[in-house]
Amino acid sequence: MNATRLIIVAVGGQGNLLASKVLGEAALLSHVPVRMSEIHGMAQRGGVVESAIVFGDAESTTISDGMSDVLVSFEPAEALRALNKCNSRTVVITNLSPLSPFTVTIGRGTYPSLTKIQELIRKKTAKLIAYNAVDIAVEAGNIMSVNMVLLGSLIQTEILPLPAENVRKAIETRTKKAFVDINLKAFDLGFAIAEAQSA
Amino acid sequence: MHKLLTDQQGTKLLLLGNEAIARGAIEAGVAFASTYPGTPSSEISLSFFQVSQESDLYFEYSTNEKVALEVAAAAANSGVRSMCVMKHVGLNVAADVLMTLAYIGVKGGLVIVTADDPFMFSSQNEQDNRYYGKLSGLSILEPSSVEEAKEMIPYAFDLSEKLEEPVIFRTTTRINHSTGPVVLGKIKRPVPKGDFTKDPFNYVTVPAVSRKLHIKLLANIEKARKLSNKTPFNFTTGKGEWGIITNGVSYNYVVDGIMDMKILEKIRILRVGFSHPMPGELIINFLKQCEKVLVVEEGEPYMEEAVKAIAQEEKLTLPIVGKREDLFLRLYEFNPELVKQCISKFFDIPYEPVVIPDLTDIPDIPQRPPTLCPGCSHRATFYAINKAAEGMDTIYPTDIGCYTLGFLPPLMMGDFLICMGSSVGTSCGFSQTTDKKIVSLIGDSTFFHSGIPGLINSVFNNHDFTLVILDNGTTAMTGHQPNPGVNMKELNFDGYGRVSIEKVVKALGVQHISLIRPFNLKKSISAIKDAIDYKGVSVVIAQELCTLYARSLKKKRGRPFFVSDKCSNHRNCIDELGCPAFYLQGNSVKIDASLCVGCSICAQICPENAIQPLKKSDNKQDS
Repeated sequence: MNATRLIIVAVGGQGNLLASKVLGEAALLSHVPVRMSEIHGMAQRGGVVESAIVFGDAESTTISDGMSDVLVSFEPAEALRALNKCNSRTVVITNLSPLSPFTVTIGRGTYPSLTKIQELIRKKTAKLIAYNAVDIAVEAGNIMSVNMVLLGSLIQTEILPLPAENVRKAIETRTKKAFVDINLKAFDLGFAIAEAQSA
Repeated sequence: MHKLLTDQQGTKLLLLGNEAIARGAIEAGVAFASTYPGTPSSEISLSFFQVSQESDLYFEYSTNEKVALEVAAAAANSGVRSMCVMKHVGLNVAADVLMTLAYIGVKGGLVIVTADDPFMFSSQNEQDNRYYGKLSGLSILEPSSVEEAKEMIPYAFDLSEKLEEPVIFRTTTRINHSTGPVVLGKIKRPVPKGDFTKDPFNYVTVPAVSRKLHIKLLANIEKARKLSNKTPFNFTTGKGEWGIITNGVSYNYVVDGIMDMKILEKIRILRVGFSHPMPGELIINFLKQCEKVLVVEEGEPYMEEAVKAIAQEEKLTLPIVGKREDLFLRLYEFNPELVKQCISKFFDIPYEPVVIPDLTDIPDIPQRPPTLCPGCSHRATFYAINKAAEGMDTIYPTDIGCYTLGFLPPLMMGDFLICMGSSVGTSCGFSQTTDKKIVSLIGDSTFFHSGIPGLINSVFNNHDFTLVILDNGTTAMTGHQPNPGVNMKELNFDGYGRVSIEKVVKALGVQHISLIRPFNLKKSISAIKDAIDYKGVSVVIAQELCTLYARSLKKKRGRPFFVSDKCSNHRNCIDELGCPAFYLQGNSVKIDASLCVGCSICAQICPENAIQPLKKSDNKQDS
């Protein structure tokens, strides 16, 4: 099975590690080889967290610059920052709700405009799916389910060799019981949005 | 039951590298484990800590790596299978033990895990600990993957018992923090009690004994060399004439690279997983079948040097290259593309790298440097020191922990840092050779780890500086591990003692000691000022729980604050504290009530008293 490479970027605390865990579990259920690596140096202290997940036949757990098939970003400026991981065939999925770095909130830096961010990503990659995933998470019933919303969109693109039903199963077993229903709803809403944006 | 205690052979679990290492030890019947936490090794210890609560495993967080290795050395010499876990620089602290323990050896298996950190994701250097194998004479094993890490640990224990020597298990961050599917093996029952048989002429390392033990060690290295030539962890694949010798995660990059470049039939690989002693015979056979050889290893040219020396002895003249300006550097970590490019260059294979989009038109993206948390007591202490030392010419030697982040603006508290405990020792030197005021910063865990000898030195040699001990009641940076000052009862653990930092400092003979609560700024500033003015060594102990730790203990948090309309935009709060709970709305300063924990520092420094606690009923207003 050819390797498919996924990069997930987020700001510490956004729940991307749980997203990777769900994908890893879904890969096990689907008998798809999976390996991942995470750099979460100072996640609790506001830094960027990056996960690399390689599905299929490859030994490496890291992904070089330009080598991701799909990039999922939990934060718009981080999607832009991670463009070095993409190439002209990469599909990018990003949340459009910004988390301002502290330097920006106190007026010592400028956050790039959302229009500009989307325009640049569209120009340099194959496809961009972008929307406010926080709003969707709230609609699903929990602001913390942004990770599940984005997973829904990711699975809809069918870039990963994982059937949606196995990802749903992994959400049922790997996320907290009390949140399973909300998480599944968030997943379905994210799936639907990606479908709508691809139509 | 803890997932690492799952006793179902053949079950496939998705494990973090560090969990896989812990599981490997459990399958090997590890009965005793000690550590000092350090990224990227910390989750191994965390797993042991959790598992020890529901099994016969004894586990301890030791005061530092040297103590951890001494503790484990005694356990292993009582015949108990033991593991000692640390990050790469921890082995420097434990090196004194390591070097002579190699002379004495062990009875029960002892595996020492050292987690190297190429690229220094969370370390002060990227030293290559394979040289410790050469330096001490001990065997080194290094896995290439999460799965192999689990498989290798039981082998490491067997090897240790066969050689009657400790074995060093060396990882890199990309093993520790990678995740992969692991097939569980059988768990061996741990035997937690052993016995020590007196044999002073083999255990008490006076010169006459050590002269004899050194002969034994050298003989053991030869025994290990034979095993290194036979072990399944050193293997060759492929039949080509282009040789690649590689280890660790680099092996994965090589395998993926030659698959991608479709040059499988041209390449022959020697993967080295048992890297000290290097497998000489295997290498000779390999070299004889190659036209030229590329050595692919992160870090130092450890294998390259060994391979070149072996080739010289065998009068083999083929090109052997690894580290070279236009190929692999000794810097940072490798990645799959880099390895591919070097293979293509060295063997002259056409290869077109993927085109990375032109990023020159991307605007500057604001960075997200890690910052002290909202409500972090270190921010308050640093502010108080800055105020107390206003107008003075100062040097702030700092140490390793969250508080190291204080060196960034706006607090700028931190001028010199070498290693754990260096704040105190370097303060002695700075105070002697400069006329500046020295205020030294150290955390509670680091103080216990290696700050105490420096402080004794300063009392004895009568140095003149102020040591501020930032006691936040936990080892915060690495994930809230206990340390000797922690109240373990509060965590529902019985059977632990507790060491009072204040009593230690008093007992060392420090004459000027003050205790402050950093959230009381006025008193803190005045106490620090008094301490700085004191001629001689003074100690200030700043006591306030780490805000994240307090949250996990479900301690009551203060009410969040808000900025009232009395604010006239002096912005002392933003400019001098840099708390992430602040933001600007238009031109006015606001506080994010969901981040504010009510430490009240900003309220205390606001010239207009414009920052006030939210009333219970307004709680929603600002969030």
